[in-house]
Amino acid sequence: MSEAILEVSGLVKHFPPPRKLWRPRSGSPVKAVDGLDFTVFKGETLGLVGESGCGKTTTGRMLVRLLDPTAGSIIFDGKDITRLSKAAMRPLRRDIQMIFQDPFSSLNPRHTVGTIVGAPFRIQGVKTPQGIKRSVQEILELVGLSPEHYNRYPHEFSGGQRQRVGIARTLALRPKFIVADEPVSALDVSIQAQVINLLADLQTELGLTYVVIAHDLSVVRHISDRVAVMYLGHIAEIGPRKSVYETPMHPYTVALLSAVPVAKPKSTKRQSRIRLQGDPPSPIDPPPACPFHTRCWKAQDICRTETPPLRELKPGHRVACHFPENLTP
Amino acid sequence: MGEPFLSVQDLRVQFQTDDGLVRSVDGLSFELRKQQTLGIVGESGSGKSVTSLAIMGLHKQARLSGQILLDGQDLISMAPDDIRRLRGKKMAMIFQDPLSSMHPFYTVGNQIIEAYQIHHAVSTKVARKHAIDMLGRVGIPRPEKRVDDYPHQFSGGMRQRAMIAMALSCDPELLIADEPTTALDVTVQAQILDLIRDLQRDFHTAVILITHDLGVVSEIADEILVMYAGRAVERASSDVLFTRPEHPYTWGLLGSLPRLDTEPTDRLLQIKGTPPSLINVPSGCPFHPRCPYAELNGERSYTSVPALKASESGHLVACHLPVETRHQLWETDIKPKLEGP
Ligand SMILES: Nc1ncnc2c1ncn2[C@@H]1O[C@H](COP(=O)(O)OP(=O)(O)OP(=O)(O)O)[C@@H](O)[C@H]1O
Ligand SMILES: Nc1ncnc2c1ncn2[C@@H]1O[C@H](COP(=O)(O)OP(=O)(O)OP(=O)(O)O)[C@@H](O)[C@H]1O
Ligand code: SF4
Ligand code: SF4
Ligand SMILES: [Mg+2]
Ligand SMILES: [Mg+2]
Repeated sequence: MSEAILEVSGLVKHFPPPRKLWRPRSGSPVKAVDGLDFTVFKGETLGLVGESGCGKTTTGRMLVRLLDPTAGSIIFDGKDITRLSKAAMRPLRRDIQMIFQDPFSSLNPRHTVGTIVGAPFRIQGVKTPQGIKRSVQEILELVGLSPEHYNRYPHEFSGGQRQRVGIARTLALRPKFIVADEPVSALDVSIQAQVINLLADLQTELGLTYVVIAHDLSVVRHISDRVAVMYLGHIAEIGPRKSVYETPMHPYTVALLSAVPVAKPKSTKRQSRIRLQGDPPSPIDPPPACPFHTRCWKAQDICRTETPPLRELKPGHRVACHFPENLTP
Repeated sequence: MGEPFLSVQDLRVQFQTDDGLVRSVDGLSFELRKQQTLGIVGESGSGKSVTSLAIMGLHKQARLSGQILLDGQDLISMAPDDIRRLRGKKMAMIFQDPLSSMHPFYTVGNQIIEAYQIHHAVSTKVARKHAIDMLGRVGIPRPEKRVDDYPHQFSGGMRQRAMIAMALSCDPELLIADEPTTALDVTVQAQILDLIRDLQRDFHTAVILITHDLGVVSEIADEILVMYAGRAVERASSDVLFTRPEHPYTWGLLGSLPRLDTEPTDRLLQIKGTPPSLINVPSGCPFHPRCPYAELNGERSYTSVPALKASESGHLVACHLPVETRHQLWETDIKPKLEGP
């Protein structure tokens, strides 16, 4: 595989314990992200999936340094950015960008599209040969909007168009690396497809590297080269798309995949859904050892006492489980 | 087969707004039998929730016309007080947003108890026992403890289950579930769908499941109605709809969906453009500005509204394309692209 653009090791984020009414903070912290190791390679899309609250957004925000890690390190393009100050990060902001989940609240309603998409140029003090307006109009065309949209306001656009405006802003300074947090989940199905196609086209055209966060396993499979499955602040499994989707090894991945409804006639459906019991445990008080043991149908004593390490069991495919599935394909 | 339990004929629901008249539902017809599940799919704003609120008699400011027959009684001409008496026992609804339909200041248990006592002259003790039973049935752990929790003390999935418990507490004969799983994770979603299926088997409930997710309806619906701009554009049994859909909008929905059972394609078959305004609904076929086949019909797609007509027994489609052309397009143009290389 090609060279790494981002190397993450031992990444942790603990939030202070939730405040109880009229009482000072006490108790244990929220272990939103609890030790991640992974690499992102140049030009690829790494998909990050997992259930609500497993730490996807927290991870994404740390990668672009909108959030300070509690521990661990993030190396971007050979440079350790884990503890860089705001000022020291500024030049890197051109290369590292984030697309936000909500196309409605992430755009300032009082600013025109031109102002919104042109802001990164002004903040970074970037001069462009043909002037900012011309550059912004070029980017608008790149994302499938028209140059005439320059003077319009966000409320005049549909959800899909607003998401395009958000993407245009992200692309303004031609970043190398983009974290997209649920880029399509707020959109209608037909519009989702437009935005997914757009992200793929831009990647080919501009050679971008993506980390795409999504809870929809079908969307992640469609756009990712590699996939990481998260559970309760940990990586359960990470590997090439085909390997993870066709021969998932972590029981949690197996259960997740079996629960996805597939749009096809009932009569042709496989009937082998695994029913997981209960909800994911709270990250304030995560189960010891394997975090999945409270819901896992394969759990043994060792799962409750020893944390399974993330081991490479197939080429490029790593799993944190004492009793993995699909070991022999 | 007997009479349908619910029959909706030429339903229209309109709202007067400052911008003009919103035609949210525009001539919708369908029937539903006991123990049957109808899935209604369509994009945001296509009129799915407005339709269900019309059946439940919950619109305050809307202009309603047409006919809604529930077990032979017309709900549109019925007095509000009489409709209220039907809610709970005759029909019940799981709302799109569970928090907004549960009262934040009352415990989950008290809300179920109150709903139950409206239709059953029983002591609070008996009603409470029933509430605990219902919470247990929908998979709330330790229901005898959780019955005294407030809605905000439940997780999203538990709240949704508590709402289902509330909706089902009086064994309604018709259950309308409006996007019951949209905000939930897939594993919880699967639990909820199993639950609706089990309860339907036990109580012979007629179910309307509203969703924008074709995968979810395919799991549970016997029949599927595809809505666009307040109208039905296609209606068929679930098997037929997924084997040989005939409406270009249905094709677009299927093509927009990345799916797990086929090889990933490079590009999704997106639908161009955006959903229409319901104030200035496009002339002719409301889908024509987004339809790649509109010009195959000369002027007709632009000028005349296609009626919902049977193309084969039990399969209704509203499109001007000749049936043979639709079958041919599906076989040669659409299906190969959906199934990938
Ligand atoms: N600022 C914060 N303070 C305290 N806890 C937080 C904070 N941000 C997130 N959390 C908690 O950290 C955990 C992980 O949250 P995160 O938003 O990363 O999850 P997620 O995987 O993105 O979920 P979703 O799919 O719902 O967006 C959750 O339990 C959340 O409540
Ligand atoms: N009280 C109202 N006044 C004016 N317009 C309304 C009102 N209620 C609904 N509408 C409009 O009617 C149309 C249909 O709305 P509806 O809520 O039925 O959509 P839906 O199909 O349920 O969409 P979603 O998938 O987003 O829930 C929308 O355009 C909506 O804006
Ligand atoms: S380590 Fe044990 S509990 Fe954890 S996923 Fe594997 S089998 Fe299940
Ligand atoms: S009537 Fe015309 S515009 Fe409408 S769906 Fe059929 S071909 Fe397309
Ligand atoms: Mg998130
Ligand atoms: Mg709705």
